[in-house]
Amino acid sequence: MAMEPSILTSRWKIPDAHRIDVAMKHGAWATLPAALKMAPGEITQVVKDSGLRGRGGAGFPTGVKWGFVPPPEKRNGKPVYLVCNADESEPGTFKDRYLMWKDPHMFLEGIVISAYAIGAKAAYIYLRGEFGFVRRRVDEAIAEARAKGFIGRNILGSGVDVEVYTHLGAGAYICGEETALLSSLEGKKGQPKLKPPFPAVEGAWRAPTIVNNVETMAAVTWIVGHGAAAYREFGTEKSPGTKLLSVSGHVLKPGVYEIDMGIPMMDFIMDTAGGLRPGRKLKAVVPGGSSVPIMTPDEVARATIDYESIHEVSGSYLGSGGMIVMDDTTDLAEGLANLLRFYAHESCGQCTPCREGTGWMFRILKRVKEGRATDVDLATLKNLADNIHSKTICFFGASAAMPVQSWLKKFPDEFFGRVHRTGKVGYADVGAEPPGGDKPGGTTQAAK
Amino acid sequence: MTDQAHNGEKVAWTEQELAEIEEIASRYPSRRSAMLPVLWMAQHKFGWLSLPVLELVAETVGVPPSEARAVASFYTMLKKKPTGRYVLQVCHTLSCALNGAEEIIRHIESKYDFDENGNTPDGLFTLERVECLASCGSGPMMQVGEHYYERLTPEKVDEILAGFESGEPLPTPRPEADEWQWNLQS
Ligand SMILES: Cc1cc2nc3c(=O)[nH]c(=O)nc-3n(C[C@H](O)[C@H](O)[C@H](O)COP(=O)(O)O)c2cc1C
Ligand code: FES
Repeated sequence: MAMEPSILTSRWKIPDAHRIDVAMKHGAWATLPAALKMAPGEITQVVKDSGLRGRGGAGFPTGVKWGFVPPPEKRNGKPVYLVCNADESEPGTFKDRYLMWKDPHMFLEGIVISAYAIGAKAAYIYLRGEFGFVRRRVDEAIAEARAKGFIGRNILGSGVDVEVYTHLGAGAYICGEETALLSSLEGKKGQPKLKPPFPAVEGAWRAPTIVNNVETMAAVTWIVGHGAAAYREFGTEKSPGTKLLSVSGHVLKPGVYEIDMGIPMMDFIMDTAGGLRPGRKLKAVVPGGSSVPIMTPDEVARATIDYESIHEVSGSYLGSGGMIVMDDTTDLAEGLANLLRFYAHESCGQCTPCREGTGWMFRILKRVKEGRATDVDLATLKNLADNIHSKTICFFGASAAMPVQSWLKKFPDEFFGRVHRTGKVGYADVGAEPPGGDKPGGTTQAAK
Repeated sequence: MTDQAHNGEKVAWTEQELAEIEEIASRYPSRRSAMLPVLWMAQHKFGWLSLPVLELVAETVGVPPSEARAVASFYTMLKKKPTGRYVLQVCHTLSCALNGAEEIIRHIESKYDFDENGNTPDGLFTLERVECLASCGSGPMMQVGEHYYERLTPEKVDEILAGFESGEPLPTPRPEADEWQWNLQS
């Protein structure tokens, strides 16, 4: 088994690494003094050169995003804010919680460095409401760092001020979406807004705001400390660096792992994550949080874990790195119904296609699962998903549509095998390859 | 209890709480941003967010009562009805479901008489199905108070609930996965 890199997780095995004196013995806060001697633009350049892509799901290049903050003369006197997205609500994703729990100083240092780079004097960490205990740990770490002069006014005598605050959500998946998160931070319902304007131009309190994921912030600490070239020694040309994966489902060693991007996906599942239970076969993998398209075992065997390969091989995405592994005991109709219940529950209700469509898709899938649906329902399902994707204010609609589209397309037997066949609908109507003998409208006898 | 609970009681902040609220509000450029923190404070203090409590929050934050009600209604963790002393929040999303979440929920349901709001008549428990709590690798799991109980089995649930029945306090909140995660063992 290949050596697993340990650049974001280097202190995770050290007892009490969440305490600043322990963390500092192992390198914490050693990068900040050097960073404060660099010009803000130089830091942004290092992050750009590193090729770091946002670890919250969308994979947008971090340095490029920072570059969208308007220069001071174009801000109408508005300050700049940094917001760290610690909402972590995408099913299958639990890496940020580990990172904050095991080594809060790693991402806090990145927050202070990033705030300095973009010119923000205040940074807010938005944690999902269920993370009260994580928040307490992060607050303690902030207090420790403040006492040492790493956070607050005139940091280490540099004249730079950065305050860091935690802010607790209250139970709403959508608050992970950046514009919804900012609405929530402003004390409103967590409803997304149309982009543009992007938060980097007009975000929290209508001021330029950079939103970055917890893992992104931790990576910034390492990159600024070790340089862009050192970071690029990990990963691939287009997906540089390491990635935290949280793996769950039917593997023997679920958990959070740091990987060198570009490693074969099947090896990761079968070796690192412990493989499947004895005698079981792989049925499917959702590689990057519940919203991304599903992968077949054949696709898994051909893919490496990086942004490009996953997409080229399967049309799916690395997303948040929340990998859900399903073996041959899994009932995919039930699995998809489970996910659609989630999306129907979490739709914020602003956009009609999403509000009505997610509930409708869930109700159909519930009937499929219970054996009370027909093949016409499957075509309706596909049609609904197609009409939600890209037709809503935020990406939530697509997040609910992609599972439906991909599960039907790649595993049609799992669904057609569960419904009453009228013969009016075939595999092609749900976007799937017709198997031998199955053509639209011609399968009534065969299915009976 | 009805939605009108807290009527007649004194629904007010102490001096110390007011000072805390001012400190919180000072962190943001707009007072309105203190909304969620103050709603949380109110829920901790009064147990749940009845109309009189929401009116107090609205006044404190400086918004009309309808605004406080609208915001509170958006977030599932803000309780608009009274709950039992221990709220058992069992995750039923995909990863937990793949590892037996439904079995855990059925097991809990079979132990007590839950009413349509998920409360037991003695006011001890509330059972809630919740969506993914970012503990997918250690499912099935539930959150009670702030603590994550992970890798649940019916036997483990029996033990935990027996503890609550005998009035055991909630444990110091932490994830249990700390103790078994493979790649963290040295
Ligand atoms: C429905 C939805 C949910 C999201 N949830 C999260 C989340 O829980 N955590 C996160 O970091 N990003 C989440 N995102 C992505 C954010 O909108 C945003 O892209 C990200 O926080 C930017 O940080 P990054 O560039 O460092 O990845 C979500 C996006 C959508 C559309
Ligand atoms: S699916 Fe249960 S915690 Fe994520």
